[in-house]
Amino acid sequence: MTHTSLFRQITDFANRADPYPLYEELRKTPVLHEEEGGPYVFSSYYDIEALLHDPRVSSDSANLAAAGEDPLAQGEETGGLPPSFLRLDPPEHDRLRRIANSAFGPPHRPRRVDDLRGDMAATVKGLIDGFGQARQIDLVDQFAYPFPVTVICRLLGVPREDEPRFRSWVDPLVATLDPETRQNPDPEFAKQAQEARMQLGMYLAGLVEQRTKEPQDDLLSDLVDSRGPEGAMTMMEVLSTAVLLLIAGHETTVNLITNGMLTLLRHPDVLQRLRQDPGLSVRVVEELLRYEPPVQIVPQRTTITDIEVRGVTIPKGARVWLVLAAGNRDPERFKDPQRFDPDREDLQHLGFGSGIHSCFGAPLARLETQIALSELARRLENPRLAEDPPPYRQNAVLRGPRHLNIVFDGLRP
Amino acid sequence: MSADYVEWLRREGRIVIVGASLAGLRAAETLRAEGFAGELTLIGDEPYEPYDRPPLSKSVLLGKASPRHTELPHRRETDAKWRLGVAATGLDLTAKRVRLADGDEVEYDRLLIATGVRARPWPKEDEARLDGVCLLRTRDDASDLCRRLKAGPRRVFVIGAGFAGSEIASACREMGLAVTVAERAGAPLVGALGGVIGAVAADLQTENGVDLRTHVTVTALEGDAVGRVRAVHLSDESVVEADVVVVSLGSQRNTDWLAGSGLGAGPRGVACDAGCRAFDFRGIVTDDVFVAGDVARSPHALFGYQFLSLEHWGNAVAQAETAAHNMICRGAERRPHLWMPAFWSSMFGVNIKSVGVPPMGEQLMITQGSLAERRFVGVYGHQGRVVAAVSFDNTRWLEFYARQIERGAPFPVEFPTMDRRPEGRQPVAADFPDPSLPTHGPTVTLSGYSPADQQLVFHPARH
Ligand SMILES: Cc1cc2nc3c(=O)[nH]c(=O)nc-3n(C[C@H](O)[C@H](O)[C@H](O)COP(=O)(O)OP(=O)(O)OC[C@H]3O[C@@H](n4cnc5c(N)ncnc54)[C@H](O)[C@@H]3O)c2cc1C
Repeated sequence: MTHTSLFRQITDFANRADPYPLYEELRKTPVLHEEEGGPYVFSSYYDIEALLHDPRVSSDSANLAAAGEDPLAQGEETGGLPPSFLRLDPPEHDRLRRIANSAFGPPHRPRRVDDLRGDMAATVKGLIDGFGQARQIDLVDQFAYPFPVTVICRLLGVPREDEPRFRSWVDPLVATLDPETRQNPDPEFAKQAQEARMQLGMYLAGLVEQRTKEPQDDLLSDLVDSRGPEGAMTMMEVLSTAVLLLIAGHETTVNLITNGMLTLLRHPDVLQRLRQDPGLSVRVVEELLRYEPPVQIVPQRTTITDIEVRGVTIPKGARVWLVLAAGNRDPERFKDPQRFDPDREDLQHLGFGSGIHSCFGAPLARLETQIALSELARRLENPRLAEDPPPYRQNAVLRGPRHLNIVFDGLRP
Repeated sequence: MSADYVEWLRREGRIVIVGASLAGLRAAETLRAEGFAGELTLIGDEPYEPYDRPPLSKSVLLGKASPRHTELPHRRETDAKWRLGVAATGLDLTAKRVRLADGDEVEYDRLLIATGVRARPWPKEDEARLDGVCLLRTRDDASDLCRRLKAGPRRVFVIGAGFAGSEIASACREMGLAVTVAERAGAPLVGALGGVIGAVAADLQTENGVDLRTHVTVTALEGDAVGRVRAVHLSDESVVEADVVVVSLGSQRNTDWLAGSGLGAGPRGVACDAGCRAFDFRGIVTDDVFVAGDVARSPHALFGYQFLSLEHWGNAVAQAETAAHNMICRGAERRPHLWMPAFWSSMFGVNIKSVGVPPMGEQLMITQGSLAERRFVGVYGHQGRVVAAVSFDNTRWLEFYARQIERGAPFPVEFPTMDRRPEGRQPVAADFPDPSLPTHGPTVTLSGYSPADQQLVFHPARH
C-alpha cells in the first residue's frame, strides 16, 4: 500500500480502467476527508442518497466558487452565458428546470422522447451500415459519439443540413471538458475552442430568433415559447439551457453506450440473450447505470451550513464529493454488488443521481442506449474486444473508454 | 410458539386472507416469497382481481385510464385459492373459522385481516338513493362516476373537501365541468394538513374555477319527480342545483363482520401490536390473527406509541409485507412495522405529499419555497420535535425531512436551507380544527392508546 491519498489515487489516470477496488477501499471510510481544504468524499449508497436530498447542500456555482477552486470540477463551458439550472439552487433552478421540462416530457410533451424512436433506429442503422466491409471498428468514434449528437440535433431542432457544421463546433467544446486538455492548453486548440463557442452561440441565437418568429415542433421552439405561470426564459437562459442539454446530454451517453458494449463483451452470455431479446435492453441499461455509471462522481456540491453525517461534522462551505459509482456497488445496499446482473430483482442505482438535479435527460439517454445496445448485439456477428482494457479518457468524473476497438466476423442484415 | 409449529405452518398450514385488495395481494405474494408452501386462500367481497385505487380519483376520472385497467401488477405467483365476490360475515376465534356470506366456512391456522375501509355514505338513506348521488371508493363507483361526468352534467356537487373530494373537483375542472365543493371546516384539506396549508388549497381551488363553499354543511339533497338528484341544500340556506353529487365524507372501517368475534375491532379499525398481531377486546395480543392496511391501527414508536390508523397506499404495502413475514416466523425473527407514514395526492396540477403525522403538529414552519408560490415544504412540530412535513410541488426534498422525523430532530428548524424565505424563519400555529370534531379524510388518525374501542364515542360527520 502506498501512502498516496485515496482521493489522489482515484483521480490518478493510472487507475482509470478499474477504479472499483479503490471505491471498495473508499467505502471503509464513509466520510473521507484526507486533506486540509480538500473535499469530503462520500461513498456509501445511503449517505449519497441522503446528501442528494439535503436542502443544506448547494449546487449553486456562486456558493461553489466561495468554497474554493477545485481542479477537477467539471465547469460547463457556457462561454459568457448565465449558469444553467445544473449549477443553480431553488428557486431559480426550479423555475428553469420546470420550463425546460415542459418542453421535454410529460405532462405537456409526453411523447417528445418516444417520438424520436424511429429517428434513433434509423440513425443507428445508418451508423452500423456505415461500418461497411470493415471487420474492426472503433465503437467510440464510429458509433457511440456520432449517435447522440445526431439525436440531440433532431430534438433541439437543428436542421439536418446544419448538422456537420454544428458538430464541428460541439466537438472542440466537449474536448475542453477534459481536464488534461485544460491543464496543458495548446494555444492553437484554445483559440479554436473559443472560436467554436462563439460560433455555436451565434448559431443557436440565430435558431432561437427564428423559432421566436416561426415556432416548430422542436425543443427550442418550446423553450422560446414557454408561457407558463412563471413566464418565459430569457434569450440568454434559453441559450444556456440549450448548451447544457447539448453537452451534458451527449457527453454522458457516449460513455453509457461505450461502457455498455464493453460490459456486454465481457459478459457474452448477456450479450447473447440481448441479441435474441431486445426487450432485455431495458434491464441491461438499468443495471449498467449501476454497474458502470457514466457519471462516476458528483463533485459540484457544497454545504451552506455545518451538517453532520455519521457523527462527522462537515463544516459550512466544504466541498462535497459524491462517488455515485461507489454507492452503486455498496454491499450495504445491494446483494452481490460486484456482479453485473440484469436479472437482479432490485434494479436500483444512483447512475442518474437523485433529488432535484437527477438527470434531466434520463429518458432520452435510456432510450438511446437501449436502442444502440440491442441493435449492436443483433447485428454484429461474433463481436469481441480487440484489447481489454481499452484506453480510457483522462476524466475521472465522466469516465469511459476513449476508444473501444471491436473485432467481429460480419454484419447481420 | 414452538419452533415445530412454525415449521409445520410454513410447510402445510392454512393461511386465510380476508380482503383481496392491495394489502391482501401484497401479503399473499410476500408469504410465497418467504417460503410459505401451505394452503393460501384470499377472500374478497368485490368480484374483481386486486386493483389500484389512487388512479380512480385521478387519471380514471379524467378518462386517461380505464377503470378496468387498474389491476395491480402481480409481483409473483401466489398460487392461492381466490374466493372473490363473497364477503366474510363472521369470525370464530376459538374454532379458527371465517364465515362467508354464501354460508360456507373456511378454516385457518393463521388469518390476516385486510378489509380496508369503505366510503362513508350520505347518512339519509332515501336521499342517498337518489340517482346521481355517488361515492368513490371502488372500481364500480369510478365507472359510474366517470360515465356521469362524461355525459356533461351542468354542475357537479362534491360534499367534503378532503383529499378525495378535492381530487374529484380537480378532475371536474380539468374536464371543464362546473363544480361546487362544500366543506364544513374553513378550508379544504384542513383535517389532514391544518388551516395554514388549507388556505393554500382553497386558493388553488378557487383560482381553478371551483365554487368553494366553506363553513357550511349540506343539510339535504333534493330529488326530482323521477328520483334524480337536482339540488343541494346548505346550512347557510343556499341551494345549489346539481345533477351529480359526490359524497366524499371520508371512510368507515370494514370491521362490522368482526362484531362479536372478541377481537379489539371497532369503528376505528382493528387494533394490533407493532408486529401486526391483532388484539382481542381485552387488549391481549392474539398470535394467529394479523392485520394490515387501512383497517389496521397500530402503535408507532416515532409518534409516542400512539395508535395510528393510516389510509395510505404505501402503508398498506409495507404493513402487509411485515404482517406476512411475521405470520410465518418465530418470535425472534419478527419485525415491527415502523413505516414512516407517507401520503401523496395530486390536484389542479400540484403534487402534494406528506410524511409523518401532520395532524399531530401544533406548529408549522415553511422551510423551503413559499406559500404564495404554492411550491414549498412545510414542517410540523410537536413539543419541540419535527413530526411531519408536507410539500407542494417539492416532493424530492421529503426524504430529507422523513429522516429528520426519524431522528426526532428539534423544532423549530434552526438550520438554513436553500430557498428559505422570510416566512420560513418563524413557526406559526398549524391551525388544525378541534380534534373532537372529526373532519372527513384526514388520512392519518391518531386514535388514542386504548386497544379496544368500547369506551370510544364516535362522532359521525354531520353534514
Ligand atoms: C379514490 C381513492 C384515491 C386514493 N388516493 C390515494 C393517494 O393518492 N395516495 C395514497 O397514499 N393513498 C390513496 N388512497 C388510499 C389507498 O388506496 C388505500 O390506502 C389502499 O387501498 C388500502 O389498501 P387495503 O388493501 O388496506 O384496503 P382496501 O383497498 O380498502 O381493500 C380492502 C378490500 O377488502 C374488501 N372487504 C371489505 N370487507 C370485506 C369482507 N367482510 N369480506 C371480504 N372482503 C371485504 C373490500 O371490498 C376491499 O376490496 C386512495 C383511495 C381511494 C379510494
